Amino acid sequence: MSDFYKEWDGFESGTWMKEINVRSFIRHNYTPYDGDDGFLQAPTKATLLLWEQVSELSRKELEAGGVLDMDTEVISTITSHAPGYLDKELETIVGFQTDKPFKRAFMPYGGIRTAKRACQDNGYTVPKQTEEFFTVHRKTHNAGVFDVYTPEMRACRSSHIITGLPDAYGRGRIIGDYRRVALYGVDRLIEDKEEQKRTTRSAMYEDVIRDREELAEQIRALHQLKEMAQSYGFDISRPAANVKEAIQWLYFGYLAAIKEQNGAAMSLGRTSTFLDIYAHRDLEKGLFTESEIQEMVDHFIMKLRLVKFARTPEYNALFSGDPQWVTESIGGVAIDGRHLVTKMSYRYLHTLKNLGPSPEPNLTVLWSVNLPENFKRYCAKISIETSSIQYENDDLMRFTHGDDYAIACCVSSMRVGKEMQFFGARANLAKCLLYAINGGVDEVSKKQVGPEFTPITSDYLDYDEVMRKYDAMMQWLAEVYVNTLNVIHYMHDKYCYEKLQMALHDKNVTRWFATGIAGLSVVADSLSAIKYAKVKVIRDESGLAVDYQVEGDFPKFGNDDDRVDEIAREIVHIFMEHVRKNHTYRNSIPTTSILTITSNVVYGKATGNTPDGRKAGEAFAPGANPMHRRDTNGAVASLASVSKLPFIDAQDGISNTFSIIPGALGKEDRIFAGDLDVDLDCVNGACMTPTLFDDMDFDDERRLPHESNR
Amino acid sequence: MEGRIHSSESFGTVDGPGIRFVVFLQGCPLRCQYCHNPDTWSLDGGKPMSCEALLAQFQKNKMFYQRGGITVTGGEPLMQTEFVTRLFTLCKQKKIHTCLDTSGCTFRAGNQAYLTKLDALLAVTDLVMLDLKIMDAQKHRQLTGADNGGILDFARYVSKKGIPLWIRHVCIPTLTDHPEDLAALGEFMATLPTVKALDVLPYHTLGVNKYRELGIPYPLQDLPPASQREADAAKQQILAHFRKARKQ
Repeated sequence: MSDFYKEWDGFESGTWMKEINVRSFIRHNYTPYDGDDGFLQAPTKATLLLWEQVSELSRKELEAGGVLDMDTEVISTITSHAPGYLDKELETIVGFQTDKPFKRAFMPYGGIRTAKRACQDNGYTVPKQTEEFFTVHRKTHNAGVFDVYTPEMRACRSSHIITGLPDAYGRGRIIGDYRRVALYGVDRLIEDKEEQKRTTRSAMYEDVIRDREELAEQIRALHQLKEMAQSYGFDISRPAANVKEAIQWLYFGYLAAIKEQNGAAMSLGRTSTFLDIYAHRDLEKGLFTESEIQEMVDHFIMKLRLVKFARTPEYNALFSGDPQWVTESIGGVAIDGRHLVTKMSYRYLHTLKNLGPSPEPNLTVLWSVNLPENFKRYCAKISIETSSIQYENDDLMRFTHGDDYAIACCVSSMRVGKEMQFFGARANLAKCLLYAINGGVDEVSKKQVGPEFTPITSDYLDYDEVMRKYDAMMQWLAEVYVNTLNVIHYMHDKYCYEKLQMALHDKNVTRWFATGIAGLSVVADSLSAIKYAKVKVIRDESGLAVDYQVEGDFPKFGNDDDRVDEIAREIVHIFMEHVRKNHTYRNSIPTTSILTITSNVVYGKATGNTPDGRKAGEAFAPGANPMHRRDTNGAVASLASVSKLPFIDAQDGISNTFSIIPGALGKEDRIFAGDLDVDLDCVNGACMTPTLFDDMDFDDERRLPHESNR
Repeated sequence: MEGRIHSSESFGTVDGPGIRFVVFLQGCPLRCQYCHNPDTWSLDGGKPMSCEALLAQFQKNKMFYQRGGITVTGGEPLMQTEFVTRLFTLCKQKKIHTCLDTSGCTFRAGNQAYLTKLDALLAVTDLVMLDLKIMDAQKHRQLTGADNGGILDFARYVSKKGIPLWIRHVCIPTLTDHPEDLAALGEFMATLPTVKALDVLPYHTLGVNKYRELGIPYPLQDLPPASQREADAAKQQILAHFRKARKQ
């Protein structure tokens, strides 16, 4: 194994040279950037031409009903398709999932029925032979899961007390460390994996056999990755020699992953500051100009916008659209105290100007109070102009995940190449509360789904009694939920293993067992109503509680009122404790998330009337949001309520989504900069008030940038 | 000491710089025809609350207000001057930016006892947001039910003390947007050395429902809301006269 490659010339050495360690490389070599956005370049002619072509294809796709072309013949693998281009002459970064853009690949390993339906619903037919092959000869993840499901698991699934399970499609949420491809070249990565395989334990316990088989799969995937790149005319067996190659190598790594897996979220990682090291070196050497580098970034991001999967209308309904969650994490602060913002962080965000706003890739700024002021202002400006940036709290996540984590999907944080997660949909805690009241009978189907506990028979709900029964019901739910996920992830590993993504991970990976909660604010408000008001039960002729009458007012979640916020906190904690009692597959570490961003609508649809006054079928609030219109003290109070939820119990993420009309988000910035001072400055040619802004603090920089200076 | 509080808003972004905790006090002597908060008029209503309790609410979420502060508005905050003084004094001890959003209508130039109280408040006020409705005294009486002599004196008084002033003006088509009124406003503003900003708001009808609920007839029944364009145009007119007067 070589310790030094000529492609590394000019880089500062570190442990990254001795071992696969991208974080060490970044730490030793990156250049924090404190300046403003003045250096950014406009799109080149080639970029505009390509984007025009993409826009035209997008228009056609929309006209065609959402899908322009689908492959039903070729089973997608890393090497299944010939190279595809938009315009080979103009593209500085190349590669598509199939042999042409906008053509969706056929990926049946998650489940042949879902893959087939995705085709059918879009007007395409899967050949009988293929269907037979994946039914009779080659088992899929979905088939494996349903072989093992218990009747109870099936009942929970169809009554929607557990919803959105990844049992018929790819689980996603795994981020390969695609940077490794660029930094080390594939040969070195293969060497490393060979070494890992050589050094497994020799007694063939089941876990050792599995490890060895998985490593063999990973190595095969890396060879295929090289082969795919070769078909585009690149030799990526060696490290990338410049920024253009680095972007291309990295993208090939990601491309191989999305050719192999149709996962629920195929996130990119945290690549901008890594790539900046190459850009910085090339700019100093005079190898590329800023405009050329921006062009490469624009073309790269353009590719990420064109990631497409074949999906069913139900899937799109659950996620409200056709999201890919190509999440890229930008910024944040390093453990050594330096911020991680570089010029490349700006270049990534600048694509929102050069190519226009877009939800994908999901550009996510890891926000810290210690980010440089200029960058904060720039983010605010781009947010206002494009509404396309997601923000997450780096100060909170850095504490547990260090400084080289990335976000998978919308909020799931994991150390890149060192941690992965088993994605686990959500448990419907609002429905669970109704089960507690009705002794495990589903309020919609009237079937006995949960355990046959004694139902509550009193006319008015008693808080202590409800809590006692709810606790027991949550314990049951947590158990069946965790075990359902155990089945799912066992089968996914067996029949739909993410070999390429896992090849870009360390040997010993920490696995998160990511459960989820839906309906938290419904539960908190319901329990608050029971505790602080009077809730009368309305039963049907069979004695089943079907509706509730709330008499009096009660504190509602989202108003910074400890009486109810404490209930919400407690529920999260109790549920998590129940989850933790269970065995989890592959020693994964249980965690949970409170982050339904769109699926809350679907969960609400399947849930009956609740004791907080919410009517059957009414949507839940998204994530940890207060219920719609129940927060009456403004956004800070609402955020304060949410911030009381214990992150330690919900490390997979807590979301609070709110939108606001621009007028309610502060005045046009000049007023808050003391606009008359500015005006007078222009009139008199000299600054009348030397302390121009001293006594008038700028408005919060996250919301109001100051374009007047530009 | 307790004040009569109408309500509070934890995420105020239009009542002073930054994100602000906004306290709406109960009670106002004016009856502006276009008032969108008629529920704050009555001196009897509101919820009694201590300065400490309000400040505790602020402190709980102070990280949100690092670049903002606290704004007291109403109603008319100067109806409860001592209460606001106490609240702002506590704020200044904690280095919290204080903003008084007032109409200035209670100002009495000759009344020494009044001025002593006001001075105590202004000593702990970082910014005054002053609503100048219209310069013509007669029109002002029609529009608000009160004279504007005190208001203009208040503006001069505050500015003389060196306290930054932000002027607000509501653009109500046909009522407050006559060129001569806008000119007079600009010229008056030019005499205030500490004026820092001018915000011209388009008249809106979002408060009409409150009138219905309170059973109060709405005086401007048939008047359509103003557009942002009209407000911007009014602002430019005011500023033109402001600049002209300052140049001389």
